[in-house]
Amino acid sequence: MSGALGVDWAVDWVRRSAAAVGEHRAELSGLDREIGDGDHGENLVRGFQAVVAKLDDETPATPGGVLKVVATTLISTVGGASGPLLGTAYLKGAQAAGDSESLDAAALVAVLTAARDGVVLRGKAEAGDKTMVDAWTPAVEAAAAAQADGGDAAAVLAAAAGAAEQGAAATEPLVARKGRASYLGERAVGHRDPGAQSSAYQLRAAADAARG
Amino acid sequence: MKKLIRDPQTVVRDALAGIAAAHGDLLRVQTDPDLIVRRDAPVSGKVGLVSGGGSGHEPLHGGFVGPGMLDAAVPGPVFTSPTPDPILAATKAVDGGAGVLHIVKNYTGDVLNFETAADLAGAEDIAVETVVVDDDVAVKDSLYTAGRRGVAGTVLIEKIAGAAAERGDDLAQVAAIARKVNAQVRSMGIALTAPVVPHAGTPSFDISDHEVEIGIGIHGEPGRARIEWEPVDGLVRRLVEPVLDDLPFTSEDDVLLFVNGMGATPLVELYIVFDAAASLLRERGITISRSLVGSLVTSLDMAGCSVTVLRLDDELKALWDAPVQTPALRWGR
Repeated sequence: MSGALGVDWAVDWVRRSAAAVGEHRAELSGLDREIGDGDHGENLVRGFQAVVAKLDDETPATPGGVLKVVATTLISTVGGASGPLLGTAYLKGAQAAGDSESLDAAALVAVLTAARDGVVLRGKAEAGDKTMVDAWTPAVEAAAAAQADGGDAAAVLAAAAGAAEQGAAATEPLVARKGRASYLGERAVGHRDPGAQSSAYQLRAAADAARG
Repeated sequence: MKKLIRDPQTVVRDALAGIAAAHGDLLRVQTDPDLIVRRDAPVSGKVGLVSGGGSGHEPLHGGFVGPGMLDAAVPGPVFTSPTPDPILAATKAVDGGAGVLHIVKNYTGDVLNFETAADLAGAEDIAVETVVVDDDVAVKDSLYTAGRRGVAGTVLIEKIAGAAAERGDDLAQVAAIARKVNAQVRSMGIALTAPVVPHAGTPSFDISDHEVEIGIGIHGEPGRARIEWEPVDGLVRRLVEPVLDDLPFTSEDDVLLFVNGMGATPLVELYIVFDAAASLLRERGITISRSLVGSLVTSLDMAGCSVTVLRLDDELKALWDAPVQTPALRWGR
């Protein structure tokens, strides 16, 4: 199967995600300081450092195995709301990936869809609530469209990453209806949701890893 | 940033060492995962009470571990909910066979992590009930927010539910008492300055010398509105009136009035706030039959206060007066 992505891609994705949240730590905490409590960057860096350490110890055999390590490690290290939410996303994604040794375009759409559905289920947020769902939902839709157009795995991830970035930017004018920013009412308008932004960084990392 | 710390990364762990050293007669501290557990836990046949949340609110929750109140407290990183693992460990550590009550402040992170831990405990055949505290009237409870936050009323719930567990109530009864207190308690807070989170090193929000933030939460998250500073009586009125109007409290009511400091406001000011708040309650014919003043649910070094009013009945009064022996509340024994 041409272009399908295996365990090396999954590990590279995680390393790139860790690097991205590290690089953007101050920015993410800064966004969180505006409409939350200012620790989103710190919490994600702590979580992804732990994930990388685990993968250094032992690399699972499949992409799904890697995603499961990400899930359990983020749930047990990140805390706050983003730990269980992101952890659930990776856990559901891992379940969708199953035992496959590689993921093609259709499998990746299924993984992203399951991940998004997991976040929605756990956080009870909908698109437009100014949460990470606003990055995940357009990403899933763009991924599905790219696959329907005959795109390969890398094209699907590139579409998802681009849509997630636009989705994160599009949270700026929104009033938050979930999470701590919801306490601010109109005062959250004009600020980008940190969880949507960090989700976009992770999806961009997935796309970059697929390009090699 | 000037703080009495060794390293921003070790603040919680270093404080736990101090708590263990100071209060070893009442509690023990475990690390990996980090927990504060009542010294004689698990108490056989007694419902165990577990609470927790981000650190930085001390003495909440670790300062309320001991006979008559909590069996365990789970300290997360500063202002960040603990993860499910330590919550599960605490739940197991205090289960004396009668089940465990989780007392959770209504913040998205706390709720999600406690929910996950309760699921895991259920899978190990430990009965868990959860009470979500949401006493903050500053947040409109609607479809459009994450709901009211749990703030200073949490202390009253922990004390009263702790007394119910201590007298031998079963899990359903302790949970019902906790929910009853939550239904009858209302709070609202104000910030004069922003807290400085150790790992951030800068104030959590910008506020000038002539402004105050009304409706503040306890994590340095901004509140409902920014207003011009005014003398204490006016500010206290802005807290007390929404609290009284919300339940609403009436002239028939007998209440507990709790003035809580946010960390950097001296007790002398809290007593002035208490006096101002008590006058407003008396104007409405409300009887203050119990009172509490102190910095018990703090937001690091934020200056400010909150006002909490709890409607009492004979049962709640008896449970409030029951003996308690914790680092931060201690009477009757």
